[in-house]
Amino acid sequence: MSSTDSAELALNNSSGPPSGQRSWLHRNRIKLAPWLFLLPGLIFFFIYVIAPIFQSIWISFYEWDGLSDKEWVGFANYVELMDDDRFYTSLVNNVWWLLLYMLAVPAGLGIALFLNQTVTGIRLYKSLFFFPFVISQVVVGLIFSWFYNPDFGIVGIVWEFFGATPPAILADEDLVTFGIIFAGLWPQIAYCMILYLTGLNNVSPDQVEAGRLDNAKGWKMLWYVILPQLKPATFIAVVVTVIGALRSFDLIAIMTQGGPYGSSNVLAYYMFETALSEYGFRMGYGSAIATVLFLIMLVYISFFLWRMYQDERG
Amino acid sequence: MFNTLKKSAAALAIASLISAPAIAGDLVINFDDPNPAPKEGFETAVEKFKAANPDINVIVNITDREAHKTAIRNFLSADAPDVTSWYPGNRMAPFVNAGQFEDVSDLWESEGFNESLASTSSAMTIDGKQWGVPYTYYQWGIYYRKDVFEAQGIDVPANWEELLAASAKLKEAGVTPFTIGTKYLWTAAGVFDYLNLRTNGYDVHNDLTAGKIKYTDPRIVDVFEKWKQLVEPGYFVENHATMSWQEALAPFVAGEAAMYVMGNFSVAAMRDAGLTDDQIDYFPFPEITPGVPRAEEAPADAFFIPTNAKNKEDARKFLAFIAQPDVQTEWNATIGQLPINKNASVGDDKFLQKGFETVSTASGLAQFFDRDAPAEMAKAGMEGFQEFMVKPDRLDAILKRLDKVQERVYK
Repeated sequence: MSSTDSAELALNNSSGPPSGQRSWLHRNRIKLAPWLFLLPGLIFFFIYVIAPIFQSIWISFYEWDGLSDKEWVGFANYVELMDDDRFYTSLVNNVWWLLLYMLAVPAGLGIALFLNQTVTGIRLYKSLFFFPFVISQVVVGLIFSWFYNPDFGIVGIVWEFFGATPPAILADEDLVTFGIIFAGLWPQIAYCMILYLTGLNNVSPDQVEAGRLDNAKGWKMLWYVILPQLKPATFIAVVVTVIGALRSFDLIAIMTQGGPYGSSNVLAYYMFETALSEYGFRMGYGSAIATVLFLIMLVYISFFLWRMYQDERG
Repeated sequence: MFNTLKKSAAALAIASLISAPAIAGDLVINFDDPNPAPKEGFETAVEKFKAANPDINVIVNITDREAHKTAIRNFLSADAPDVTSWYPGNRMAPFVNAGQFEDVSDLWESEGFNESLASTSSAMTIDGKQWGVPYTYYQWGIYYRKDVFEAQGIDVPANWEELLAASAKLKEAGVTPFTIGTKYLWTAAGVFDYLNLRTNGYDVHNDLTAGKIKYTDPRIVDVFEKWKQLVEPGYFVENHATMSWQEALAPFVAGEAAMYVMGNFSVAAMRDAGLTDDQIDYFPFPEITPGVPRAEEAPADAFFIPTNAKNKEDARKFLAFIAQPDVQTEWNATIGQLPINKNASVGDDKFLQKGFETVSTASGLAQFFDRDAPAEMAKAGMEGFQEFMVKPDRLDAILKRLDKVQERVYK
C-alpha cells in the first residue's frame, strides 16, 4: 500500500475498515503528529523552564549554602525578606524601572514615525538608530559609566560649562537608579522603534488615504487612523519593555554592582548577589527573592496569555 | 575592562577544559592568577617540581581569579583537581566544614611547618587541624607620594595626631590626603581594619570578625569616630564609590592625592603608571591608641587538596615542595611578595624589605576583614563601611543594621 493511500484511510477513519484491524498508532497518527513534533521542544521547556521554577520555589524553604546539607526553615526566608531594607530598596527600584522604562514605547514610536519616510540613505539611518540594540548591554553600561564620570565624562564637561559642580551620578544614592535606567532606555527605545517600523510597513495606505479625504491630519490622523493599526506592535512593545525592565541585570552589574551600598539594586541583581556572587551563596534566600520576582512577572505573563487567548478567540 | 572580559572568556574556556579526566600518576593543579608575574612565579615553581619528580605528570589549569571563585564550588564536588589554590581564614571555612578540603595536619607535623610556617598557621587552622599550605603573603600599610610629602615639608606620621596634621596640611595645599576606590567595597575594609587594629588591637579585630563583639559596641563606635575625623574634613577623594582601586590610582599618580591605604600588590600598578621608586614609599599605619601592640594585615594565599582528589600522595608532595625555603624565595621574588617560610629570604626591593620588617615584628597578623569574617557578614559590613564614608551621619543606622546581620549570621 502506498503512503498516500494510508493517509487517506487514516483521514477517513470512521468509514474505514473496522477497528482492531489496524494498530492504535496507525489510527491516531494525525492526532499524534503535532505532539510528536512538539515533543522535543516540550521536553526541553519542561527541563529548563518549568522544573526550575518549582525547584527554586522548593529551595526557597531551605537554608542552603550550595555545599552542605539543606536545612528546612519553612517560611523563614520570606519572613526575613519582609524585614530586609535591601529588599525594599530593590523593590522600589524595580517599580521605577517599570514606570520609566515605559518611556521607551512612545519614544520608539516617535523615532519610527520620523524614520518612516523615503529619503536617500534612509536604510542607513534606520540601521544607525537600531545600532544601540545590537551592541551588548555590557558595552552600553560601560559607555554610560564613562559618560557619567564626573572627572572626564561628558556629563561633567556639560555641567562645568554651566559653571556647576558635576554630580557623581553613579555614586549618588538618589540619582544612580535613574542614571542606569536612562542608559537602559537607549537600547530599549531602539528595540521599540524597530517593532514600530515593521508595524508601519503594514499600515494600510487605503485607510490613510480615506482618512485624508475626511480631512484628518496631524495628531488626529495618528491617534484615530495610524495607532489603531499599530495595536499589535504596541502590545509587543509594551510586553518586551515590561520584561526588559523586570530582568534589568547586565547594566547594574556593569555600572554599579548594585552600589553605592545597595541603593541601585533591583530584585534580579539582588537575587544573584545573595545566591551566587562572591559573598553570597545563600541559595534559599536567593530563591525566595526569585520567587517574589516570579510572582510579579506572573501578573504580566497572565495578562499576556489572557490577551493572546482573547485575540485567538476574537 | 575589555581585558578583564577577554580574560574571563578565556577563563571560561579553560574551565571547560578542566573536565578532561586525569589518569593516576597525573597531578592536576588549578591555579587562579593569570597575570604575568604570578603566572610566571607559579610556572617556574611547577617546572622545578617536575624536575625534582620526573615520574609525575603535572597538568596545570590557570583560571582568572574571579572565575576561579565561582568555579571552585563546582569542581570541588564534580571533578576535583589534586591541588587547588584558595584563601585561608574564613574563606576556606565553607569548604572545610562541607568536608571538601583534605586535612593536611600530618604534612604540617612531618615537614615541621608548625615552626617554619608559624606566622600563618592560625589562619590555616580550623578545629585544631591544618587544611592547606600557604606560599605567599603581602603587607598592607600606607603607600605615599614621597615627593609630595617633601614638597609640603611633611614627615612620615608616627601617630594619629601627626597623621591628622599631615592630612590637614595636604588638604590646605590643595592635595587630597587619601585616595581610595570603594566601588568593589573591600578597599574600605582595609581602612576599617587598620583603624580598628590600631585603636583596639588584634583581639578586638578577631572577636569582631568572630561575632563576639557587636558593631554597636563602644569600642567599635570609637573606631568609626576616628574614621569620621578623616571623612568629615574631606580627607578622602570625592566620588570614591564610583572607582575601583585601579581607577583610584589616577589622582595618586597625578599627585592630586598623597596617600593610599593598600596592599603591596599596588606597587606594581604604581610603577606601571610611571611613578619611580623615588616618588613612592611605604610606612606602616601609624599608632592610634598608645600601648596597643602593633598588628598588621597580611593576607596569605595557599594551596589545598580537595577531598575528592585522585592523586593525594603526589598532591602532598607538591604542597611540601612549595613550602621549601628556596622555592618560596624564588617564587615571591618573582611576584613581589613575601615568603611565609621563615627560612626563605625576602626579595631585594625596598617595599618588600620594609614590608617584611613590618610584618615580622608585628604582634599579630590579620588576614583581612573579608577573610576573617564570614562571607555574608563581610559583604554587609563592607557595604556599611562604604555607606559610612559617603554619609557619615548615618552611623547609628548602619551599626544597628550590622548588628542585625551579625545576629543572623553567627546564630
